[in-house]
Amino acid sequence: MKTGREVGIAGYGVYIPAPRIDARTIAAAWGRSPDTRLPVREKSVPAADEDTVTMAIEAARGALRRSRAGPSAVRAVWVGTESKPYAVKPSSTIVAEAIGATPWVSAADLEFACKAGSEAMQTACAFVGSGMAEYALAIGMDAAQSKPGDHLEFTAAAGGAAYLFGPAADALALVEGSRSFVTDTPDFFRRQHMHYPEHGHRFTGEPSYFRHTLEASRGLLEALGRVPSDYRWAVFHQPNPKFMRKVAAELGFGEAQIAPGAVVDRIGNTYSGASLLGLAAFLDAARAGDRIFFCSYGSGAGSDAFSLVATARLEAARDAAPSVADYLERRQPIPDYGAYLRMTRAIRML
Amino acid sequence: MRDVSIIGVGQIPVAEHWDRSIRDLAVEAIAAARQDAGIDRVDVLFVGNMLSGELAGQENLATLVADAAGLLPIEALKIEAACASGGAALRAAHLAVGSGAHDYALVVGVEKMTDYLTDGVTAALALAADADYEAAHGITFAALNALLMRRYMYEHQARHEDFAPFSVNAHANAALNPHAMYRQPITVDDFERSPWVADPINILDSAGICDGAAALLIGPTSETRRARRPPVRIAASATATDTLGLAERKDPLVWDVDLFEPHDAFTIVSVLTLEACGLADRGRALKLAAEGRIGLEGDIPICTFGGLKGRGHPVGASGVYQLVETVLQLRGEAGPAQVRGATIGMAQSVGGSGSVAVTHILQV
Amino acid sequence: MTVELPRYHRLRGAYYRLEGSACPACPGRYFPPRAVCPACRTAGLRMFAFCGRGTLYSFSRVLQPPRGFASMAPYAVGMVRLEEGPLISCQLADTDGVDLSIGMPVEMVTRKLRDAEEHGYIVYGYKFRPRLGRAR
Repeated sequence: MKTGREVGIAGYGVYIPAPRIDARTIAAAWGRSPDTRLPVREKSVPAADEDTVTMAIEAARGALRRSRAGPSAVRAVWVGTESKPYAVKPSSTIVAEAIGATPWVSAADLEFACKAGSEAMQTACAFVGSGMAEYALAIGMDAAQSKPGDHLEFTAAAGGAAYLFGPAADALALVEGSRSFVTDTPDFFRRQHMHYPEHGHRFTGEPSYFRHTLEASRGLLEALGRVPSDYRWAVFHQPNPKFMRKVAAELGFGEAQIAPGAVVDRIGNTYSGASLLGLAAFLDAARAGDRIFFCSYGSGAGSDAFSLVATARLEAARDAAPSVADYLERRQPIPDYGAYLRMTRAIRML
Repeated sequence: MRDVSIIGVGQIPVAEHWDRSIRDLAVEAIAAARQDAGIDRVDVLFVGNMLSGELAGQENLATLVADAAGLLPIEALKIEAACASGGAALRAAHLAVGSGAHDYALVVGVEKMTDYLTDGVTAALALAADADYEAAHGITFAALNALLMRRYMYEHQARHEDFAPFSVNAHANAALNPHAMYRQPITVDDFERSPWVADPINILDSAGICDGAAALLIGPTSETRRARRPPVRIAASATATDTLGLAERKDPLVWDVDLFEPHDAFTIVSVLTLEACGLADRGRALKLAAEGRIGLEGDIPICTFGGLKGRGHPVGASGVYQLVETVLQLRGEAGPAQVRGATIGMAQSVGGSGSVAVTHILQV
Repeated sequence: MTVELPRYHRLRGAYYRLEGSACPACPGRYFPPRAVCPACRTAGLRMFAFCGRGTLYSFSRVLQPPRGFASMAPYAVGMVRLEEGPLISCQLADTDGVDLSIGMPVEMVTRKLRDAEEHGYIVYGYKFRPRLGRAR
């Protein structure tokens, strides 16, 4: 749960692509009645020249800008995603090369549905905490996939964040501890030959998202001897606006503690990036001493919980890179569903 | 170096020659030039061509053409300098004859472009740009010229329609040229309504994709009394280079050339060339055109047979077409396109986005 | 496989990190990288990474893309005056609905440069986009 030496977030950067599709445009394309209740108003979509790698590179550059580390001091680049551009070939090497961290660096792509990013965070913590590295970069980024016409299409969005972990002296926020809760629960999957994932509908709720998120969260709170009121903010994986609020309430966190991190309300579910983006929104606003609770969820299934506390260095470092709000405000509406299909390469030309 | 003259010219209509291969095009133009000269002897062949490898699947082109034209076993070389290949081929021939190494040199500019679809030809033409830092970024030739044109319009407060006279003039002169491809006159209104290729360049700013071949026979001026047609002296010949990449130019809007005759692949190129050659002050070429001074009756007639825009621009052949047309003007054989009293003519062949220019001054 | 793997691999410094050259003998800074300084003809220039900020010098939008760029078209291209001096030709990213103007501040991002569907290999490289967020 705790590292050998104290570790913190030494830098963070985020990315959200500019294009947005209105949920009503998707609903209209599939003949849903105009008064259907839609989970989000709009979602982010990668531009034609963007993918998980390009988005990860921008987030990684933001993380480095906010840190005191030079790129060659980064000993690991781990990219957590379920939308690797290549089935075989690491995304992490491209990111490492682009930020100038090569060649004396560890690099790998991690996959655990939507918790691949927090998996990378935990691994980076351990890498720095053990003394094997001064700095390790963990990225959670997705250009989320969903079958056209599926309910997930309303929320499957694009974006994520990068966290550079380093020694406590460099920390913008200290890691107080982390715990994971994992079982084999097949609520969502995609095999290699399939273009889009399949999911278990209501099975993704109670036995999957809720059970794992609650267990991991309670496990960490208990281990640290903390209660929700010890935290200024809390962020959970946010596949839709409902789930995170329900889980927060059940744990005893109030709406005021989670609202600023509810990025899903604005851009949809960024899968591996979702909880990481929410955390970044809090770091954009936190003051020294503010405690932040974090818990991801990945189908398959499992959750990684973290307890963090902001340091005095955070406020000075913040403006070195664009904030979550900067990216949320940068919107380019997609005119129609046809343009959306073209951008997401859903139209097969051959 | 001894004095050199052009003693024979030949050209075939610029068109979409669906039934002719690159060798057919070259052979026809060569036959026309030799017929015109009335001299049988050929010691060396220079083939000006840019894209035979890419668009006709043929390299070792000069040997192929020498064979097809019945010229074996003479020395034959392809000369490639992007869209300036035609001019560069005459430059090479001029050096060969001027030096005394050869007496009679045949120059043929030939390009076969219509076997490929537009996206393939667009990609092929971009081979003249910097492969790694322009072409690989999807920056087409039209786009490079559009970047120049936008900046020119910004610096000189020009509007798009100010460029119309160049295209209107080219089409008007092409209408008088039986070898031209675009012989329909156009109006300023047509020019303004034409669709964008890469804004602010539209279709009527741009020379079209086509096939063509033109040829010249040159020899020592001292021997020209044997020629059937009046000889035209090559009074000057020069080539200069600049950075391949447009962005690396010291000032992209100044082209380092010393002479006049536009390579009007785009209207902006005519403008920059006129200014670079000193025929117009910087920022004043549009005014020159607006005053009608570039027409056949003007004091600086340009594109007298339609130029690249009106005649058509079979890239590697265009430089030779320009020279054939200049020779016809100086001989007084330009028909309705004749510029009265012409005794000195200049032809400038430009390759890349102004990265190589070959200029010839011809004189009678 | 006709996309040239060694070629794009060779270009990674320039494409990913905007690495050009600096002349040890004069203030010359160059992009793309050069071996010989065009200003003072000194050989042996050293690597110099540009900061990636600049202003728009000129721009256009490509409506007739060459082979290999159909998936991106129409796309904007530009010339950017880098803060360190040189001009660079590039694609412009995220320009939908943006009123491009000469002189506007732009910054380097890494994006996909061309279609990848045909051969599978993805070519990533620099593009420039309107500068984002607060002044940095």
